[in-house]
Formats: sequence, structure tokens, C-alpha cells
Amino acid sequence: MDQKGFGMTQEPLLKARGLVKRYGKVTALDHCDFDLMPGEILAVIGDNGAGKSSLIKALSGAVQPDEGEITLDGKPVSFGSPLDARAHGIECVYQTLAMSPALSIADNMFMGRELRKPGIMGSLLRKLDRPAMEKFAREKLNELGLMTIQNINQPVETLSGGQRQGVAVARAAAFGSKVVILDEPTAALGVKESRRVLELIRDVRARGIPIILISHNMPHVFEVADRIHIHRLGRRLCVIKPGDYSMSDAVAFMTGAKLPEGVSEAA
Amino acid sequence: MPSDVKPANTFEEGLKGASERVAEFQEEKGLLKRVQHWLHQTPSAVPLFVLIVALVVFGFLSPNFFKAATLSTILQQIAIVGILGCAQSLVILTAGIDLSVGAIAVFSSVLMGQMSFRYGIPAPLAIGIGLLLGTAMGFVNGWLVAKVKLPPFIVTLGTWQILLASNFIFSANETIRSSDIAKDAPALQFWGQSIQPGGIKVLYAVFLMVALVAILAYILRHTAWGRHVYAVGDDPDAAELAGVRTKRVLIEVYALAGFFCAIAGWVMIGRFGSVSPTASTGQLGNIQSITAVVIGGISLFGGRGSIVGMFFGALIVGVFEMGLKMVGTDPQWTFFLIGLLIILAVAVDQWIRKASA
Repeated sequence: MDQKGFGMTQEPLLKARGLVKRYGKVTALDHCDFDLMPGEILAVIGDNGAGKSSLIKALSGAVQPDEGEITLDGKPVSFGSPLDARAHGIECVYQTLAMSPALSIADNMFMGRELRKPGIMGSLLRKLDRPAMEKFAREKLNELGLMTIQNINQPVETLSGGQRQGVAVARAAAFGSKVVILDEPTAALGVKESRRVLELIRDVRARGIPIILISHNMPHVFEVADRIHIHRLGRRLCVIKPGDYSMSDAVAFMTGAKLPEGVSEAA
Repeated sequence: MPSDVKPANTFEEGLKGASERVAEFQEEKGLLKRVQHWLHQTPSAVPLFVLIVALVVFGFLSPNFFKAATLSTILQQIAIVGILGCAQSLVILTAGIDLSVGAIAVFSSVLMGQMSFRYGIPAPLAIGIGLLLGTAMGFVNGWLVAKVKLPPFIVTLGTWQILLASNFIFSANETIRSSDIAKDAPALQFWGQSIQPGGIKVLYAVFLMVALVAILAYILRHTAWGRHVYAVGDDPDAAELAGVRTKRVLIEVYALAGFFCAIAGWVMIGRFGSVSPTASTGQLGNIQSITAVVIGGISLFGGRGSIVGMFFGALIVGVFEMGLKMVGTDPQWTFFLIGLLIILAVAVDQWIRKASA
């Protein structure tokens, strides 16, 4: 079982070893390893059912692995909930976006980390600092340039799919201090909006924050990723550099049509 | 494959010269669409409108209707339903339902009474114990819903029966007489006192109800916890992923609902004078509070509506009851019309929800 990584001169920022997650009889993660280097964009690709989502959920605290360990900055961590992961600076954009449709854009961006008014209004009466939250949300959305907002208090359900995605990406980019995880961020977007998101991903990396990008869109993956983690049958099959292989090689690896050199198919 | 040799984004070359504008919000067009959108933002507008229409119609039909005494009687009659409605609103906002509100209220009032009369505990302390136990009953509901993951309807259908039966067993079906309470534990009847500016009697209970509605409206609208209640009702999975401790919020909601019910129980002692385990609130309180909530425009599917709407809903029921009585119709018309209003309210809710489409 050679789960091959390379270029390990630096310590990984986020590292997982031997993660196992079972759902009844289904083993979604089978002793999976994972490494994210500082400042890189790591794409995670894999066929449907390969366990990408389970891996991402384990790294973001949404599910708790049955076995294995995760280290962040060299320190072992265990996330009981997404809040724990967030407290460690890991932000995730889920495929389902995790938005409350009836609440406003600003409310959604600050869900679970609301700002309170300074002074007694905030400490005693717990009053939300709406103006500050709205200002921040507007700034972040403008930064992203994904849309022009008329009303930051608009409920999220009145937005189009692409706009919702934009809000979710902006939320993660705004608050992620260590790692930003994006699960299919361009799936619901048009060509132009996708381009903005890819630019945003590079912007986030330029700030020194590494990104985990899960995507089925091979052109996007090969364009932005520094390394590509290929996931197959619940574990890491190999990690490749986009320059060394073609897209069809990557697809062949993830579907099992071909094996990378030095890797034997897991039993 | 030759296509792989080219740079990855060549397919986007077709974008050159295309409009640089990205997804933008468009101004809503059409009057109906705009009304729908406005209602979507202001869910309490519909019940307010119905309330005003009802007031105008009854004021026209019955010359005595707009007397201060009539209006204060209406408020007095909805005081208990209004407080139970606060509890019910909280639970329904989380897409749940609480059938045990009436039972908690009656049992709490009995507990307060028996604590002070059977066990000789000073009245203020007995009230405190009653409020605490009411909260605990709500907590049990919440724990069963959040941790054991039972449907709220089933949980509260069960606790309704259990609490009501416990109430009869514990009290041995004894009523504590009003005159005894007035003599030995007047604090129990506190909310039955009134101020009478210009001869118009306004119960303390009415002020309490208005204050509770105002406090709850503030909490739901202006605190993080309130936003979390909406998020949990809207989409619990999304709320959980976004970092809301959904189970904790659910338990807190049911416990707070229990606390409000216990307050309603205390108010019942003031309103009725006596402590009676057979008070009709135990059975009717549920339906009345759900009616106020639904007519008030709070969605049974959770996450939408406001506590102020519930208050208007309770007022509508009170105005209908009083108005039809004054006009002199068969009282059954009240229930007939309230039934219609309930269906209408839910139909309007469904229509408003389409604003998102």
C-alpha cells in the first residue's frame, strides 16, 4: 500500500494519517492519508463514491472519523463539529452551500460568529451589530466582484444559484485563516462566474492561505492546482503535479483504467 | 488526447469581447410581485391587515365596539393565549410543534398552588419552583426532540397526556379556592390585579403579555440566538454546517417555551382566581396557541414569521369572539370564521414562499 506523496521537504500544514470512516457496511474512508502543504492549491479529484466528500467532511469537522489522526501545524487536532474546525481557521464551502434561505446575506455570512454591539448593548442585551456586519459582508462581496449587490439584507433564497455560491465562497474566503476548503465551487456557475472564482482562489493563495479544491472540472483543476490528490476507493491513490501528466492520465488514474508508476492497486 | 496538450483554459477564449457584467440583481417588476416580495420581508403585515379590517367592520356593525372597556376586555381575554402563543411561536419557528403548552401551564399553576398550600412554602418561592419545573418540562420535550430525534408532534402528544395526568394525580383533583389564595398567598394572584385609568380596567397580565411579546421580538430579531432559531427551522443541516449548535438551540427553545408556559400558568391563577387542575387551558391552550401562531403568519414549516404576527393573530381571534358576540350572532360563527382564517393564512404563507422562486 504505497500512498505516494512527493516533494515533502516542508512539513504539511494539514496532515491526515489512516483515516477510516464507516457508514454501516460501507467504508467511505479506508485508511486514507492526506497532506496539504503551506500556501498551495491542492485539488482533490476522484470518481463518484470514491470518498472525497467524506474526506473533506472529516477535515472540516462535519463528520468524525472512526480511526486515524489529523494534525494541523504539526499539532494533533480533533474536530467534534464544524465550529471546532472553524475555531482552528479551517473554512469550508460545502456543495450544499450551508445557507439558511430565509435569512439575509449578512446574517448568513456571520452565522455562528455574529458580531455584537460594543458596550452594554452587546454584552448585556446581546444586540447584534447589524451595520458592522452588513458593511463587512458588502466589502467581501465587492472584493470577490462576483456580483453587484443592491440589498445586503436580501434573503438568500431570492438569489440565483450562482449568486448563492458567490456568497458562500466569499464567506469562506473572508474567515478562513489557515485553510479554505472548496467543494465543487464552480459546479453551479456560468463560465464568467467560474473565472471569478478561480481568480479568487488564486487571490486567497496569494495571501498565503492554502486551498483544498474538490472539482470534477478537469480544465479548472489543471489550471489552478499546484498538486492533485487522486482519490480512489476510499484512499489516496497518488499525488501528481499537473505539469507531469495529462488530463486523460488523471481521469485514467481516478477511474482505475491505468495505474501510476510505483503504485499498486489496493486489494 | 490532443486536446489535453493545449493550455487548460482555451475553451474560454470565446469569452473575448463578451459582456463583462456578471450575475446582477434585477429590480423586481410588477405590482403583485412586489407585494409578494414585501410580504416575504414583512410576514406580520397580513395579520395586521386582517386585524384592521376586522376592527373596522365590527366598529361599523356594533356602535359599542370601540369603547375602551370592550378593547380592554379583548386584551384581557387573550392574555393567556398570547403568552402561550409566545411559547408556541418559538417552537414552530424551529419547524416543530408543541402540543403540551396547555398541559405545562396548568400543571405549573397547580404546582405553584400546591407548593404553597400543601407544603407551606412561601408564595414567591413556590412561584419560582413552578417556573423552574415548567422550564424542566419543556427541557424534557427539547431533549427528546434534539437528542433522541423523535418527531416533535409525537413527543409533545405524549408529554401532553403524561403532564395532564400527572397534574390530576398530583393535585388529587383538588381546586384551591380563590378566597384562600387571596388570604394566604396573594402573590399567586399578582397578575390578576389591575390599574384603572378613567375607570377602564387593565390587568397586569395584559402588560406582561405585551412585555413578553416585545422581549421575544427583540431576542428573535436582534440577537445571534434569535437568528439561530430561524436558521434551525429553515434548514437544520445547513445551520449545523454553518456552525450553529442546532441540538443545543432546539433544547433551549423547548425549555424556554416551557418557561413561558409556566408564566402563563401563573397568569392563569391571577385571571381565574383559583388554582384548578381541570382548567380548560390544559386541553384548549394548544389549539388556541397554534391558531394564533398560524393566523399570525408564522410558517408551520419553520424559519419564517414573527412573534408580532402571532400577537396580531391572537388579537384577531379575540376581536372576532368579542365582535360576533356584540353583534349577537350564534357563537359558532366565531369558530367557522377562525377556521376559514387558518386555511387562508396557510394559503397566503405558501404563496409568499414562492417569492424565492
